[in-house]
Amino acid sequence: MRREPEDTVAGPEDGVAGTVEAVRFDRVTKRFGEHTVLDGLDLAVGRGERVTLIGPSGSGKTTILRLLMTLERVTEGVIHVAGEPYSHMPSGHGERGAGAGPGGPDPKAGLVPASERYLAARRRGIGMVFQHFNLFPHMSVLENVVEAPVHVLREGKEAAAARARELLGMVGLADKVDARPTRLSGGQQQRVAIARALAMRPEILLLDEVTSALDPELVAEVLDVLRDVARATDITLLCVTHEMGFARDVSDRILMFDRGRIVESGRADQLLDEPTHERTRAFLRAVR
Amino acid sequence: MSGFLAELGRALPRLGEGLLVTVESTVLGAGLALVLAYALGLMSGSRSRAARGAARTVVEFFRGTSLYVQLFWLFFALPMLGFRLEPLACGVVALGLNFGAYGAEVVRGAVAAVPRAQLEASVALGMGPGLRLRRVVLPQAHPLMVAPFKNLLVQLLKATPLLSLVTVPDLTFRIDQLRSATGDTAAAYLLLLAVYGVLAGVLSLLMNALERAAKARLGTGGDG
Amino acid sequence: MWDGEAAWAALPTVLEGFGITLVATVLGFGVALLLGLVLALVGRAAPRWVAGPVNAAAAFVRSTPLLVQLFAAWVLVPALDALVLGVLVLGVHYAAYLSEVYRTGIDSVPKGQWEACTALSLPRRRVWRAVVLPQAVRNVLPPLGNYAVSMFKETPLLSVITVHEMFHEASSFGSTHFAYLESFTLAAAVFLLASWPTSVLVRRLEARLAKGA
Repeated sequence: MRREPEDTVAGPEDGVAGTVEAVRFDRVTKRFGEHTVLDGLDLAVGRGERVTLIGPSGSGKTTILRLLMTLERVTEGVIHVAGEPYSHMPSGHGERGAGAGPGGPDPKAGLVPASERYLAARRRGIGMVFQHFNLFPHMSVLENVVEAPVHVLREGKEAAAARARELLGMVGLADKVDARPTRLSGGQQQRVAIARALAMRPEILLLDEVTSALDPELVAEVLDVLRDVARATDITLLCVTHEMGFARDVSDRILMFDRGRIVESGRADQLLDEPTHERTRAFLRAVR
Repeated sequence: MSGFLAELGRALPRLGEGLLVTVESTVLGAGLALVLAYALGLMSGSRSRAARGAARTVVEFFRGTSLYVQLFWLFFALPMLGFRLEPLACGVVALGLNFGAYGAEVVRGAVAAVPRAQLEASVALGMGPGLRLRRVVLPQAHPLMVAPFKNLLVQLLKATPLLSLVTVPDLTFRIDQLRSATGDTAAAYLLLLAVYGVLAGVLSLLMNALERAAKARLGTGGDG
Repeated sequence: MWDGEAAWAALPTVLEGFGITLVATVLGFGVALLLGLVLALVGRAAPRWVAGPVNAAAAFVRSTPLLVQLFAAWVLVPALDALVLGVLVLGVHYAAYLSEVYRTGIDSVPKGQWEACTALSLPRRRVWRAVVLPQAVRNVLPPLGNYAVSMFKETPLLSVITVHEMFHEASSFGSTHFAYLESFTLAAAVFLLASWPTSVLVRRLEARLAKGA
């Protein structure tokens, strides 16, 4: 899946770590009925970059992750992944996709909304960990992790199981492979969910408030695992969290959102220690 | 009463045959109903408008017209259109269509009750629609279907005496013969009620075991 | 093949029967509503030696076929008029089901509601009338509607004890004019026309109650 550099990401003031583009949002607007969640968003994330999105709830952070995971469709604008259109596909790519609203003429010249088939192939490079874990309750821990590699990537069962055990060992759950997810604590379930996402060898990992549903004493074990993942891999991370310590540890860059727009962005320590925007200061005061 | 018992003893083999016919029509009717329930239920939850519309029409039609009318229509009216079905086949088809329509609602409801988050997780793992249905949705929907299916199955069993009205020699038919032979109407019908009560009880026990097994597969409570 | 004239001729007979069908459904359901409530309250509040047998009898009625119950009642109580007997058997059969509906409706009122009533020292009558029943009714209305529709569709059974409801009329018209196709199709259509809108209404009610809950 790795490709040669195709484009560089501008904006040294944003403190971009990678120089190759993993994700680009091009004037992306998302509306739910009357309600505008994202408003003409431009955003670029470099390959291997770790970006944390912060801001009050309802400011559009989670929607960005859900758009990338194709759980929602853009209303306007185009999302690119690895330099290629993602929310849309080149016209004449075979079938026509399901409709999206009219967008600006520029970003989607020659593009039509992506079909389900187009998306099915492209989203395999992206993994997601959910706030409420979303493990499959009818499968054991090991079966949860093995499921997609075997049935989506068509890996051999033995090889997939071996790798699943390795990943479960990495998240500290080697002894729980045969347990039912419902028997585990929230922290353990979330660690299984992380192993399950990593088993697909994603190039981009989306973390959607992964500790928000956990009891306070279980938060650390999950964040420690994620710190390890960040250290040991060159995976691109997009992370929505209210854990500012974690954000500081893993992020190359932090984006402050408010009402569907980025109000401030910068290096982690810079934004957390010397926020320039009043909204950022108020938000940081509130969460600390 | 003793005359009744003596007659009952003589009639026992025929009653056994009748019981077999009752069981046979229950099993065949339920089998047909199950197939239809899945086909129509999954179609009603489909994204295609045409498939949904077709399934809804069929379901509403067979739920809305009474089972009794359907059975008699198949037995008396269908031959006038040039098709004649055996009495037992009429019964099985009527039971299958009617209970299949009710079962379709069960399948649709159970599939819809699987949390959306489960679908999102399977999308995030790159699963296509077929895989999502087969590996994630149906395994979680099945335990929800068992209890309503149990009720439908008992209802179906209780509907089988109707078949005696179109000359199917089931248990009710045989006991009615016994009644005419002995003239002991009360004893015959009380016996019949008791036998159906036992049959329904056995069916419930079987389905309860199935339900426990299905629930055990899901672990105890919580949707993960 | 289809004979439009025969269908036209069958229409008045079938509709006349439909009147009886409606009467049987309304009366039968009235009996079921009242008797079902009594059964639910007895099953819940009466001493064990009363509640136990009553619950067992209700379970037995639920697990045996309506057709056989009708036959049995017909021969055991020959003095009663067929329609009255049919209404009673329908009513008892469905009361056994409705008692379960009432019971789950009452059980679905959260325990905290009872505790709040205790904390407020509300009198028992007031607890039922102002707190429990209004909340239980929301939960039982849709299943009650569904049972009403299914009772309506079971009324053809009354024909076996010579009640002249719609199905009986369609059947006898069919045999005398050799027009089963027309008369039964007509009866099916009337059933569909009457029960389908009712089902839709019940489903709307269900959706509205679910949203408001």
